[in-house]
Amino acid sequence: MNPETIIKPMNPETTPLQTIAPISREHVLHLLHQMLRIRRFEAKSAELYGAMKIRGFLHLYDGEEAVAVGVMEALRPEDTVVATYREHGHALVRGITAGAIMAEMYGKQEGCSRGRGGSMHLFDAKTRFYGGNAIVGGGLPLAVGLALADKMQGRRWVTCCFFGDGAVAEGEFHESMNLAALWRLPVLFVCENNLYAMGTALKLSQSVTDLTKKAASYAMAAEAVDGMDVLAVEAAAKKAAEAVRAGGGPYFLECRTYRFRGHSAFDTELYRTKAEVEEWKKRDPIGTFVQRLKEQGLLSEADLDELERKVAAEIKEAVDFAEAGTWEPVEDLTRFVYSERRRV
Amino acid sequence: MNGNGNTQMIQLTYREAVREAIREALRKDDRVFLMGEDVGHYGGCFAVSKGLLQEFGPERIRDTPLSESAFVGAGIGAALGGMRPIVEIMTVNFSLLAADQILNNAATILHMSGGQFNIPLVIRMATGGGRQVAAQHSHSLEGWYAHIPGIKVLTPATLEDARGMLWTALEDPDPVLIFENSNLYNMEGQLPAEVGPVDIDRARVRRPGRDVTIITYSASLFKALDAAETLAREGIDAEVIDLRTLRPLDDETFLTSVAKTHRAVIVDEGWRSGSISAEIAARIMEGAFYELDAPVERICSVEVPMPYAKHLEQAALPQTETVITTIKRMVHF
Repeated sequence: MNPETIIKPMNPETTPLQTIAPISREHVLHLLHQMLRIRRFEAKSAELYGAMKIRGFLHLYDGEEAVAVGVMEALRPEDTVVATYREHGHALVRGITAGAIMAEMYGKQEGCSRGRGGSMHLFDAKTRFYGGNAIVGGGLPLAVGLALADKMQGRRWVTCCFFGDGAVAEGEFHESMNLAALWRLPVLFVCENNLYAMGTALKLSQSVTDLTKKAASYAMAAEAVDGMDVLAVEAAAKKAAEAVRAGGGPYFLECRTYRFRGHSAFDTELYRTKAEVEEWKKRDPIGTFVQRLKEQGLLSEADLDELERKVAAEIKEAVDFAEAGTWEPVEDLTRFVYSERRRV
Repeated sequence: MNGNGNTQMIQLTYREAVREAIREALRKDDRVFLMGEDVGHYGGCFAVSKGLLQEFGPERIRDTPLSESAFVGAGIGAALGGMRPIVEIMTVNFSLLAADQILNNAATILHMSGGQFNIPLVIRMATGGGRQVAAQHSHSLEGWYAHIPGIKVLTPATLEDARGMLWTALEDPDPVLIFENSNLYNMEGQLPAEVGPVDIDRARVRRPGRDVTIITYSASLFKALDAAETLAREGIDAEVIDLRTLRPLDDETFLTSVAKTHRAVIVDEGWRSGSISAEIAARIMEGAFYELDAPVERICSVEVPMPYAKHLEQAALPQTETVITTIKRMVHF
């Protein structure tokens, strides 16, 4: 097999061939592996939610994997991530271990937030993962501030802020866009447009449904990409992140995607038809990617089996880790309300 | 400011005391910066930051758009990113536009992250009524913020606290809200030229007394002290406690005082229901019930959106005269 090849874009209208760089087989297998990790992790999470091992709210990422995987390829270890309550995938790909995430959802103290946050509030200092924000739009001002701190301290880091199309209706979105553009702050705003703000369709909540126009109105580079195509997302995110890192100010990247499961475990999905979901599933970022790779001779059934085996082993290990985890003593309840060190 | 070389005391206003505190912090620590609406070119809506833009430049004295949620959230993010921001919200009334960031982010992230991410942020804002600016510009919500675990709430009343609390707040690893009653900005007095930081943990006895404890904070402190002077001429010796910090609340100081005087009255510019005065009364019940010779009394703002007309506004706010008549009734209980 050719070690470096040009992979044809899934959607030539949104991803011109010339924007796709030559890519190695190793790399495409890595991308597929990352997407599979998310898909299988979410399936296990849903199962464990049904078994009442995981409680509270659970928002799954199926269908949107190409966004987190593609964007994370553009980030460096020193960069910062701010995410939403649908962030298991982002956390996994950013490098928080599956075990620490699963233990968090079990509420165990071995979890990445010691069981204080749960599914919606994954945090990790080592990978610079600043949550898990469950107020729609609430993470954007934080990202602006993190980027401000980098700029004021002369660091060429990128703050990558994920949010959904629902957030675009919030005042915090517009305030943050303006401030980031006004001060030319190094923020990569990644809008995961899955067409629904919980159960309200984009066209029922936005007077202008082309979200890039809103960002562009703040004099910010703004681009939309096919969020079901991991290579397209990766290429667009790399371009965007490098523009941000070079000091070009903030960048708005809209990834057009779709959520295959309900908003949360409680969603009865009255607001969309099964036919619509099935139509989008034909564009499954994993299924279509597998097909493309196979067609181009980059992936065999044996490769796929090997990846699935690795992912299954990782998830089994994560569940075992969470099961073996311990409950924080109730005597510690009021820790972490204030810092235990008195001075900074 | 007029320096007085002989005694090394300087004459200054509360406004100047806050400004000097900000200036000192900017000089001492490169990570400190001030951000908020009109803090730079306008000089601060209460002229607190006048001249600081010229002295420190626009990187460190940052005018923001009218985007309370974004710039308060940006303060939280900048604190997470290693800076020591002082965010100025023009008044507590506008802080409601940033309530999401204060309550859902500043107060929760340390906890939600299992202790990984602390937020060394200071938010300053003006508070209080009494200036005939009506119902949307006269709130006293510091007691309401004191309801929230995860933040600290300071209410400097004196020049010493206006000058000294900021540095201690900036050194604190967690978010601190400082409420400056706008009626105090013109208050003038003397401070030692080399005055330093003060603690932000303890209440202070501002006037010792034997017969009754007046528990108060912020601008109401001066109404309480005036009442105490009048009462002293009539043979009633009131002890006046300045809470200084509403969260964490220093119970020990007022419980010790009540154990001595056996009577307590709370003067609070917040509305009565669900107020910090209610919390203090409850703690006195819990911690000093058997010490009491009379029911705890509260003098709060009347439960009405603040009216514009001067006579109505004054009738809505706690007044010295009310403190005096209440205490006279209590000591004859």
